[in-house]
Amino acid sequence: MSGAFTTLTSGAGAALGGVPVSPMGEFCQAVLREGAAGGRLIGLFPVDGAGGLVLLALVAQDAAGTVALFGGALGAERAYPSLTSDWPQAQAFERDLWEHHGITPEGHPWLKPLCFPGLPPGQSIPAGYRYFAAAGEEVHEVAVGPVHAGIIEPGHFRFQCHGEEVLHLEIQLGFQHRGAERILREAGEARRLTTAESIAGDSVVAHTTAFAQVEEALAGAAVPARAHALRAVALELERLANHAGDLGALAGDVGYLPSASFFGRLRGDILNLTQGLCGNRFGRGLVAPGGVRFDAGPAWIDGTLAALPVLKRDMEDAAKLLFGSASVQGRFEGTGVLYRDTAELLGVVGPAARASGCRRDVRQDHPSGFFRFAQVPLQMLSSGDVYARAMVRWLEVQQSLRFLEEHLPSLPSGPVRAEMGSMQPGRIAAAMVEGWRGETVHAAATGPAGDVSVYKVADPSLHNWMGLAMAMRGGAISDFPLCNKSFNLSYAGHDR
Amino acid sequence: MINLLKTRLRQGYRTQAFPPPSNPLPERFRGLPVLHPARCPEGCRACADACPTGAISTDEGLRLDLGRCLFCPACAEACPEGAVEVTRAYGLASASREGLILSGEHLRPKVEALQGEMKRLFGRSLKLRQVSAGGCSGCEADLNVLGTVGFDLGRFGIQFVASPRHADGIVVTGPVTRAMAGALRSTYEAVPAPKLVILSGACALSGGTFTGSPAVAGVPDDVPVDLYIPGCPPHPLTVLDGLLRLLGRLKG
Repeated sequence: MSGAFTTLTSGAGAALGGVPVSPMGEFCQAVLREGAAGGRLIGLFPVDGAGGLVLLALVAQDAAGTVALFGGALGAERAYPSLTSDWPQAQAFERDLWEHHGITPEGHPWLKPLCFPGLPPGQSIPAGYRYFAAAGEEVHEVAVGPVHAGIIEPGHFRFQCHGEEVLHLEIQLGFQHRGAERILREAGEARRLTTAESIAGDSVVAHTTAFAQVEEALAGAAVPARAHALRAVALELERLANHAGDLGALAGDVGYLPSASFFGRLRGDILNLTQGLCGNRFGRGLVAPGGVRFDAGPAWIDGTLAALPVLKRDMEDAAKLLFGSASVQGRFEGTGVLYRDTAELLGVVGPAARASGCRRDVRQDHPSGFFRFAQVPLQMLSSGDVYARAMVRWLEVQQSLRFLEEHLPSLPSGPVRAEMGSMQPGRIAAAMVEGWRGETVHAAATGPAGDVSVYKVADPSLHNWMGLAMAMRGGAISDFPLCNKSFNLSYAGHDR
Repeated sequence: MINLLKTRLRQGYRTQAFPPPSNPLPERFRGLPVLHPARCPEGCRACADACPTGAISTDEGLRLDLGRCLFCPACAEACPEGAVEVTRAYGLASASREGLILSGEHLRPKVEALQGEMKRLFGRSLKLRQVSAGGCSGCEADLNVLGTVGFDLGRFGIQFVASPRHADGIVVTGPVTRAMAGALRSTYEAVPAPKLVILSGACALSGGTFTGSPAVAGVPDDVPVDLYIPGCPPHPLTVLDGLLRLLGRLKG
């Protein structure tokens, strides 16, 4: 059958040999058909097949809770007809394929570097690339970055403006590219883990959980229930801390200082809960393949349960002030609208997608680990503006608090870590985790000796940066800091 | 307005005393490792083998390089004898790179305070420009925390500023990727002399978990460094402790 595929579920593995391999034309048609039926691209990378290089496409089927695996026979020419013109959400994946794997998606509408791997010493980004430029009377260009005015990661923003109005924003990243996928493929076990912790420093639990799930799937390890539960607890603490921090930063960006300082302090209190559990404010050291390294003792659980009502009260106060202030709402409403159609086309994920009316949340659509047993209601708005992105965060804060209150008193008992065996040869696995920023995907395949032959990471930011660029079109350049904060994307996660 | 004032009262005064009257960090916090080489069985190198970054070596006695250390639980977990004892001590900064290498005789890093003209210029007012050069943003997150009400960096006369032209020095985080090498150099050169250079976090100190990656250029050798702050990321208390010791405002 042409364009056949096999499926796996998040956090589970499959035999590479079981992935049907079609000729490239049929592969492209089948993948596009899956996309038209509501599938979302979560991975696109080559593996060595029996008959030569095979291009794998991983397409999430949200309604079924499965991931479809398509294989295409690439052949020696290392080129194929690009998917992006028909399916814009493939744009970043195909650019990665081009610059990291030397495979050309022919006819890609804007084939430009994603993160400039192999930049020669002494050269800087954009390394010969010419930014998109608008021309016309009174059209001007504003260039910002890579060093920004604040303690912020590096990236370059090129605005084409007519007066205050932004005609187009081009976002060029890659300054944070440090070759994480290569280390995840080649290094020893301990260093692979610390590298997974350092893909995005504010999403340590999301990335390490996805990493551990992939390793566990490849090794066929059975993770204890209590470890799954503690990963979920840490993931919700991570969401709480970052959402609280973002609400504070949004307040700060519109000059509303009371909520800015309240939320800023509250974020720290939540990070300290994580620190009490595992010794690090960001959750480093907690998740490891096989389970978690630290069990939650009764003192930590009781202390956290006692802290939650206070956190809840203080956050409600800070949120009431923020959302009850007319001057704040005047800046939030109608600013930086990302329309639902655009969000769908670009494959935007996480709170940014839910604020634009896209119904997706990995914890519901592709539950793995503890989320197979515990539901977290999905929070959605439709206006797609800064207000919606702020409000979705606030609604999610309340759900995460509820989740912790409900599950901390009744965590499953038993051990928290299982022995990891060695990885099995010729397998593929993918894991999706709903980090606070959105869907975090790790995927890997093993070679004939059980070694990791390919390792790919898709941070939610990989999809969402283009969403921010589109949300700025027609807006005022002075609203950029606010819009940027409302997405709060990771440069490090994008660049890897 | 009345709600705002009521909330303000309820949220209370939140700025923490520094130095804190007692160590506020929880039991599981991983701060200064204390080495007990006497506990090492002959020929054992379990800790060195477990370390993700090669921070520990056993070849010439037990040695630990805090500049490479990620403060992960691996070495303590691997050692059956407790030769690497993790403590909650958060004072980790050093004025020299060699000072970060712990061994039998050298048990904790030290910061020599600025002297003379440097002390006079920066001792009571220090403006820093931060350069994020290829890390994961963890270090940045905990530097930003210093600006929140909890730590209130401003009360010490220290401030992060937007322009290198307004700064007395730079704080570098991240392993310095190839793509950031030029921008880091430009920022450093834009700071008027005399200037300070502070490296914060394992990546800036040694490359951290990204050591040896072809995409990483590292901090250039010709840039003189005044303060090394270990950690992954350094705890805000570690950064504050290091900065105040450099300025001669904290002793003992």
